[in-house]
Amino acid sequence: MRLLTHNMLACNIKGVTNGYPLRLEAEKWVEKEVDFNADFLRGVFPKIEWPALVGAVRALGCHDLLPQDAPNPSALDSDDDFLHRFHRALLQLHVEEGALVCPETGRRFPISKGIPNMLLHEDEV
Amino acid sequence: MWFLCVFFHRLLDYRRPEVESLAELFGVFEPMEDGSPVRPGSLEWKLPQNHHVDSPFHFVNLPSEDVARNIARRSMLVKGIYELWGEGTTDDDLEKAIRGFPDERKLPYLKTESSFRIIVDNFGKVISFQEQNERIRGLSYIPFKGRVDLRNPDHKFWLMEIDDYGENNGLPPVVERRIFFGREVGAADRKLLPTYQLKSRKYIGPTAMDAEIAFLMANQGLARPGKLIYDPFVGTGSILVAAAHFGAMTMGADIDIRVVRDGRGPDCNVWSNFEQYGLPKPLSLMRSDNNLPPWRSGLREVFDAIICDPPYGVRAGGRKSGGRKLLKGAVDPYTVPEEKRFNHIPSTAAYSLAECVNDLLELAARMLVMGGRLVFFFPVLREDVVTVAQFPDHPCFTLIASCEQILSLRYSRYLLTMVKTGHYTEEISELARKKHLDFRENHLKWMEEGNLHSAVFSSSDSQTTKSLFDRDSKPKYRGKYTFCGIIYNKIGGLSPKYDRSVISTFKYSLEKIFKYKYIYASDYLDRNINSY
Repeated sequence: MRLLTHNMLACNIKGVTNGYPLRLEAEKWVEKEVDFNADFLRGVFPKIEWPALVGAVRALGCHDLLPQDAPNPSALDSDDDFLHRFHRALLQLHVEEGALVCPETGRRFPISKGIPNMLLHEDEV
Repeated sequence: MWFLCVFFHRLLDYRRPEVESLAELFGVFEPMEDGSPVRPGSLEWKLPQNHHVDSPFHFVNLPSEDVARNIARRSMLVKGIYELWGEGTTDDDLEKAIRGFPDERKLPYLKTESSFRIIVDNFGKVISFQEQNERIRGLSYIPFKGRVDLRNPDHKFWLMEIDDYGENNGLPPVVERRIFFGREVGAADRKLLPTYQLKSRKYIGPTAMDAEIAFLMANQGLARPGKLIYDPFVGTGSILVAAAHFGAMTMGADIDIRVVRDGRGPDCNVWSNFEQYGLPKPLSLMRSDNNLPPWRSGLREVFDAIICDPPYGVRAGGRKSGGRKLLKGAVDPYTVPEEKRFNHIPSTAAYSLAECVNDLLELAARMLVMGGRLVFFFPVLREDVVTVAQFPDHPCFTLIASCEQILSLRYSRYLLTMVKTGHYTEEISELARKKHLDFRENHLKWMEEGNLHSAVFSSSDSQTTKSLFDRDSKPKYRGKYTFCGIIYNKIGGLSPKYDRSVISTFKYSLEKIFKYKYIYASDYLDRNINSY
């Protein structure tokens, strides 16, 4: 599971109002090469919840990869180094085993073989 | 600039929409002035004189040769795009036309230092090698100066003809012979298909999408580098493989965790399908329910296209969260004991097509960027009257193409291509929900779980269908208008023995079978059998 996916997912148990961001618990993560595409990154940047992305990156132990505060979108054009770090954080870090934990209920959505299992149980729909 | 566009004689409904999509992909249509999303334009098309719309020969107006080349190379159904040097009904006509074609457009391709090759092609007929040579010699009035090179010529010239023999692969008969001569501008790369064919793919399921159609879908979805494409019913990933081939980034979800996570082992799963072709793997695969998508509530406009083949219950039915009894309210939800929660497999219930399509439109309205495309298959029972109004719709979307693929006598599926042309708001979502309820009511009889399946597989059968569609009359191809052609040929062959009453019986059975196509069929018969 990429952090892009983590950024998009929330806990959708019935009645949960505050199911985002999911806390990331990573037992095993790897880095996978993804083709760099600056246009894609610029397009997706405004849709990213920055604090959630920073939180996820730190949960993987990469404390210095991204700044705490969201940079100005102009940094995407001027700061090539930042663009590459954003690319790495968003698309290359890949959680193989672990879980996503709902901040409200504590429900654990397991991640196994890189696949987050977001399906709800009978008593949650 | 007009070009001759020759198609492969298959998937007839898909041919023009594919070219139009690719024209959009290669920037033929100008964006709107106010900066609003690109509303796909349409190309100018013409048919050769007396040709039926199902003919493989079309003329298309494109802005430049480069665009034409790009379109032809990426297309699945375009055999080639040609600069037409001349056409005619006889060799003399053709010669006159070619001589009349301006020299400044001919001579650059006939120079001494270039190499060339002439290919002779006849639609629907094989011509002998000797005959081909004769035809080529017949072109001696064209001042070819270059060297002949059959392997790697600089320029390829095509002499194509369609004859006036009775049966044209099920097409209504062509009125007269037509010959075309042109220079190849671009040709399709069908080598893709043997590479990607399902029989050599490691991991496939019962509903894996055929490679050709998957590539067509990716073309309709304008897959290209830098775009993010999502398939909510990913299965074995056959659609995303095509999208990834064109450089798009992909994401997929499925409710069945065995398919997305495990496959058939470490070397035979969705990931390995991408590995097999050396394609970038999907950014993300996950298990989720299209009925209860787990996206955060504020998330909007992230995908550039959603391309999928929803489960419509003929080969495989859809599932959604919650047990059958639970959703009916017959039982209270089963509370999973704490110690069993980790590997618990939640029960699922049948997911009707109507609901599934509604959820899909809702998801797409929310998650597609403006101008983004939703491409999906929608099944239709063939005895029903098919009109645009019958397809599901949504206020955020404009339907730009619906292409029929006939699957059996009973049902066919339409590939629908929709463009997001309106912003998503809560009010629109509410409006769409109401509209959907109407839609559902009108089509309740077959949209509900299992009904489509039984309509397709039931044994009850009308006699008219049987008598007309026995084995020997099976069309060679399944075009929309094939049946009229067959019936016409039947009547044509038998006509001296029968009088008009036989013909009116035929008309009557036509009326029964086709209903909506009757007008066409009847008209067709009237025009063609007056002589009897």
